Amino acid sequence: MENIVIIGNGIAGVTAARHIRKLSNKRIIIISGETDYFFSRTALMYVYMGHMKFEHIQPYEDWFWEKNRIELMRGFVTQVITENKQLVVDGSRSLHYDKLIIATGSKPNKFGWPGQDLHGVQGLYSKQDLDLLETNAPNKDVCKRAVIVGGGLIGIELAEMLRSRDIPVTFLVRESSFWNGVLPEGESQMINEHISEHHIDLRLSSNLKEIVSDENGKVKSIIVAETGEEITCDMVGLTAGVSPNIDFLKESGIELGRGVKVNRFLETNVEDVYAIGDCAEQHQAIGNRRPIEAVWYTGRMMGETVAQTICGNKIEYRPGHWFNSAKFLDIEYQTYGWVFSERSKKEYEKHFHWRHATEKVCITVAFDKDSRAFLGINTFGIRMRHEVFDRWLTEKKDVDYVVEHLIDANFDPEFYKNYEAEIADKFNTEYGKSIVPKKKSLKRIFQTS
Amino acid sequence: MSTYDRSMALTGQPPKSLNRHQKIATLIGMFGLTIMLLAMFNVSFPQKGLWLSISLAAIFTGTLWFSWEAYSHKLPGIKNDGVWFKSISSRGFWGWIAGIALTGFYIVLYFYPEYLGLVRDGDNKGVIALFDPLSKALSGNPASQWFVYGTLYTVAILAFGIKFMWKYRHNRYERIRTMSVMFFQTAFAFIIPEVMARLNGDKILNGGSLPYYDLKNVWPLNYYNFEGYRIKAFLSSGDIGFALLIFGILSIFVITPILTYKYGKRWYCSWVCGCGGLAETAGDSFRQLSDKSLKAWKIERWVVHSVVVFVTLMTTAVVYSYLGTDTSKYWLTKSTFLIGVASLLTLVFAWVMLFKREQLQKDAQYGAIGYFVIIMALIGMHFFSGDGNVFLFKSETLRKSYSFLIGSIFSGVIGTGFYPIFGNRVWCRFGCPMAAILGFQQRLFSRFRITTNGGQCISCGNCSTYCEMGIDVRAYAQKGENIVRSSCVGCGICSAVCPRGVLKLENGPLKGRIDSNQVLLGNDVDLMSLVNQK
Repeated sequence: MENIVIIGNGIAGVTAARHIRKLSNKRIIIISGETDYFFSRTALMYVYMGHMKFEHIQPYEDWFWEKNRIELMRGFVTQVITENKQLVVDGSRSLHYDKLIIATGSKPNKFGWPGQDLHGVQGLYSKQDLDLLETNAPNKDVCKRAVIVGGGLIGIELAEMLRSRDIPVTFLVRESSFWNGVLPEGESQMINEHISEHHIDLRLSSNLKEIVSDENGKVKSIIVAETGEEITCDMVGLTAGVSPNIDFLKESGIELGRGVKVNRFLETNVEDVYAIGDCAEQHQAIGNRRPIEAVWYTGRMMGETVAQTICGNKIEYRPGHWFNSAKFLDIEYQTYGWVFSERSKKEYEKHFHWRHATEKVCITVAFDKDSRAFLGINTFGIRMRHEVFDRWLTEKKDVDYVVEHLIDANFDPEFYKNYEAEIADKFNTEYGKSIVPKKKSLKRIFQTS
Repeated sequence: MSTYDRSMALTGQPPKSLNRHQKIATLIGMFGLTIMLLAMFNVSFPQKGLWLSISLAAIFTGTLWFSWEAYSHKLPGIKNDGVWFKSISSRGFWGWIAGIALTGFYIVLYFYPEYLGLVRDGDNKGVIALFDPLSKALSGNPASQWFVYGTLYTVAILAFGIKFMWKYRHNRYERIRTMSVMFFQTAFAFIIPEVMARLNGDKILNGGSLPYYDLKNVWPLNYYNFEGYRIKAFLSSGDIGFALLIFGILSIFVITPILTYKYGKRWYCSWVCGCGGLAETAGDSFRQLSDKSLKAWKIERWVVHSVVVFVTLMTTAVVYSYLGTDTSKYWLTKSTFLIGVASLLTLVFAWVMLFKREQLQKDAQYGAIGYFVIIMALIGMHFFSGDGNVFLFKSETLRKSYSFLIGSIFSGVIGTGFYPIFGNRVWCRFGCPMAAILGFQQRLFSRFRITTNGGQCISCGNCSTYCEMGIDVRAYAQKGENIVRSSCVGCGICSAVCPRGVLKLENGPLKGRIDSNQVLLGNDVDLMSLVNQK
């Protein structure tokens, strides 16, 4: 029986294991140094906020693994010896594999800031980081102020977490507006406002110069590079992105770039070794995607794909239309297709932006200014139907069609206010059109006729 | 988890701490309760009407002020911060205290109403006497323990309903739904039946008197609706009485299936029903305590369907016992009735087995077991029963056991008393035969489903955690499957708490409703067809 070993019990590794089990009878071993059981990394924040207990963020009950004959092993893989297909776990135990899947995820970036390894300085990625946060910032008496460095998705989540315990937060963001390397200007601006509404001290265009230690090697304050201002704090969150967690592979002979280099079959340069999820780096980026995609959904898709390949049905990793989602404090964000920020959008990409007069709701539709083809949509505070946008992207609908049928894509709960008419109005005014929005049609949505 | 504060203090660090206003609000509410407690211990209040008003107003004000302080200073959005840190909502010290207090209250209410001051022939005492003025104003009669309970129940739904609407003020589905349960409780459960009582003996009832009838309370939840004394009362109350009896029958056999087909069982369970109303409002703080394990689901299906069998048999036996045998006196006799019940059940059973077998999957055999138990019992009833008794028991014994075990112990003492321990829908999930019948309809022929939004699920678990019915919503959502579960009451909280906009309650075409898109969108289409090969 073939021995499949998966390093990492995150969404990528676990998805691979589940699908290999569906397709075959192979022996499956998952090794993790982080936790005994798979948990949803994206939900760690809710444990600190008291919405859930840690057990709630474990998607499968504990008996699931044994029932499906997926063996779980606790430990850190310290060495991979590809010549004789051996793994060394925690420096001593060794383990044989026939096929190896590397799914070790990411680790928080540190950019060599002075003081970055002091007590009270941490990232937010792992279960251990969560436990550490309970020590560093259990309440507003122990942690009188926290500083978060890096304005991305993890940064804003950490801010939300700390605010749930009334801890004052200063948020240093390198960009001139929150996440504007990804979000178009109008959206980024709206999130800036929302951050301030939550009494988070948002500092735009601000970099960290250094973290200052007290006499015990614990953080005392930080210094802002631009102004030289010293901000006293008890905890510093480093959330300036993540990078592949692959240090243990340095001597293995597996080709590494920033991540583990893989081809479209998710194969590394070494036979029978695959890499999936956050830690995998495509030789060539796929479409508009980045070579390393540290996203929940892509990890899951790679897991499904590699399972097919390992079970004798070799196929390429061919992700479909890009989509993603996040939540900025109270504002839900969804994206389908590609909407680029001003900084990185192509010359042909044109944006239609609509924002509600009073509420924190807005959308941006990207389209080709020559062919008028619909390229993608960002929505804030409106939920959209994935299936419908996926279909529209496949059918290459034009932007007028999308504005006309937008109600079909609405996924807000029943009785919610609809904004489609208002959106079409603004679109008509801006582009001299006379689109009359269609009424919602179940036939179109569910394709029943 | 390492550093949770396990102290028993009511307040602590944010997010569980109370501000000063909330502390005063708590005092005010407690003051209102204390008046009732004192009345219970026979402290005689001089002006009962005044003191009752003060007491109810204090409870109402305390709850509202407390809630206002909890939500008004915060932006609209999900308000679950600290739910698992607070001892009241995480089975901690205060959770148990509340559970024990509530359970005690129900035991006294159901079995020892004299401790509340009920006097059968004479003036009430204690806390029931405190409610006399209000009862007399509404129905003209002195209060009973049920009037006290009904009043407090309504106050709870109204006060906590407003709290719930503040909590979910960004969510119009939740707000409208809550207004609906508040309305049905106040009008249908509380005021209308009391006022209807004023008609008793009136000309328009031909001098008859109607039984107490909460019109939205449908058999089998209202298991006593077709008992002999009520049928007599309906029939002796002229056209109105007859119309009400017909309405009672239509409710379960016609109105309910139609509405459930169109909207799912939520039209009843989380929009109209009184039990649901209390669970959704006063019980909202405990929804996360329901058990989501597969084991609990198995137990649930056995228990709740056994209750359905029990209530069907019990009602049949009760009706059977008061029917006659002589066709010349009345067309409906014991045997016609039994044949009627058996035929109806056979029709339903045959239809399900012929057309809906696939949807039932493994549960089909359990359905068959239930069906045969009932049919055998009916045949047995025909051959082995005499007047007033069914088999060896009196039908009265069967009725009394149901009323005691299900009506009192299950729905009241366990169902509500154990809110802070087992969650707020224990009764609805494990015990309510009405919910089971509606659930059966919902699963087999309804347009309702919770749609999963393509591949957007991140398996976070908020939906499952806050599902009061203990449905592991995430298990479906993370596979891209729709959620079509008979137990879903359509409260909409899974959709509300989802941080990625994955879930939507909606009514749509039947085709493709179950397991519709087991496709995690965003993926390679060819891969997906491979993944979906079973």
